[in-house]
Amino acid sequence: MSDAQVVRHWRKPPTIERAWLRYGLLLLTLVYLYFSVGSYDVNWARVAEGLDRGWAFIKAFANPDFVSRRSDFIEGMTESIIMTVTSTVVGIIISIPIALGAASNLAPLPVYLFCRAIIALSRALHEIIVAILMVAIFGFGPLAGFITLSFATIGFLSKLLAEDIESMDKAQAEAVKATGASWLQWINYAVQPQVMPRLIGLSMYRLDINFRESAVLGLVGAGGIGATLNTAFDRYEFDTAAAIIISIIVIVMVLEYSSSLIRGWVQ
Amino acid sequence: MLRITNLSKRYKTGDDALKGVSLEVPDGQVLGLIGPSGAGKSTLIRCVNRLVEPTTGTIDLNGAQLQRLGSRKLRKARRRIGMIFQEYALVERLTVMENVLSGRLGYVGFWASWFRKFPQDDINEAFRLLERVGLDHMVNKRADELSGGQRQRVGIARALIQNPELLLVDEPTASLDPKTSRQIMRLICELCEERNLSAIVNIHDVALAQLFVQRIVGLQDGKIVFDGPPDSLDSAVLTQIYGEEDWEATTIDDTQTDKHSLELSGE
Repeated sequence: MSDAQVVRHWRKPPTIERAWLRYGLLLLTLVYLYFSVGSYDVNWARVAEGLDRGWAFIKAFANPDFVSRRSDFIEGMTESIIMTVTSTVVGIIISIPIALGAASNLAPLPVYLFCRAIIALSRALHEIIVAILMVAIFGFGPLAGFITLSFATIGFLSKLLAEDIESMDKAQAEAVKATGASWLQWINYAVQPQVMPRLIGLSMYRLDINFRESAVLGLVGAGGIGATLNTAFDRYEFDTAAAIIISIIVIVMVLEYSSSLIRGWVQ
Repeated sequence: MLRITNLSKRYKTGDDALKGVSLEVPDGQVLGLIGPSGAGKSTLIRCVNRLVEPTTGTIDLNGAQLQRLGSRKLRKARRRIGMIFQEYALVERLTVMENVLSGRLGYVGFWASWFRKFPQDDINEAFRLLERVGLDHMVNKRADELSGGQRQRVGIARALIQNPELLLVDEPTASLDPKTSRQIMRLICELCEERNLSAIVNIHDVALAQLFVQRIVGLQDGKIVFDGPPDSLDSAVLTQIYGEEDWEATTIDDTQTDKHSLELSGE
């Protein structure tokens, strides 16, 4: 049957069918990029000067100084760790009811909208902006950082947990409901087992994020290791700054590794 | 005795799943509900325990008007209606014992169920049932470690520990091999006989239904089109229920049925 083969060509149809529109959009994008990159004003003399300072900073990593600002360092680190742990725990505790309310398959519409609004607000405001507000209200120090991170944890954890609840297996939920279980028993027996691994995984991940954020919040006065880092930069003590950054990296890596262990274990 | 009168269900999408179904199931009777996909079999049994809210009609279970109950009384009523599911619907991350005990949720308080402190009687009964279905050596296995047949046995134990007056069984053998399917159907029918329990069994395997149930009801497009003993099913009836097809190989004749019931009584 092969001698009667008819050759039929095939090409994937283009996403944008009209050729002039397709090439016109491409051209427009290139022109825009050319002019917008060109709008940056590069001061080469300043860069030449700055390269030295940058190099000094990088060199400091070869010779980090953990000792000369030891008490500041320990105090900042302790503050950061306390801030991280407390804000993560408080954030999780508040997130769970909000996540239940923000899951469209559990909550009635008014509750759903209210919880989604809290999540949207928390996610719309970046930690730095919240921290500036909290510092204005509570003054400098780790309390402002704690409240900021708790607030940010709520938006993050509630949203992702609610999504996990929404995608749970309906059959398991239906089966427990059919036994005559009360709403709370139903949550405990049908919903919780399904979302627990995700909740633990997200909490570990958030612990890690909160620690990194605590290092940044110090820059706007919300306490923690970030404040110590800021001071070190202000004094051009790059060797102390390097020591702080190395410690942050090590802690983040330890958290990362242990969270992946825990996530594997709870599956 | 279960008495369904003039039951209709219209979904929000406008589909009429049930169009005035009336059905009586005396105590101790195992009824096989057959019909094509979309005929309303699932909707019918879910209307009985109101996992689906009926639109009109009445459902009377031993004198209680189920369609009228408020949420608290509905939970009480659901305790006395056991349900067995297609794909088992066990809570996969809970143990076999927790799954079985979840059948008692309607009878115990929230904190007792939260701490898994069930009354000793319930635990004794759970062990007895697990022994009866042949799984008492797997009490602490997680449900997702079991095979299909084992899972369905746990599902049966979960339904029976409710001490039900009625069993609703939704395609219990849909994902099981032919041998396991027969074992599961036999187990369900034996248990119903032991406890003088009535059951509605949705099933799409006509021959399997004929082997085990005492009465067959055919549902087609939301209406009952057949109601009679299993041996009265013939090609004409199946054509009425499912539509035109060659039905010769599907049904079993009387001699086979007799032979099998002999096998059953011999065990």
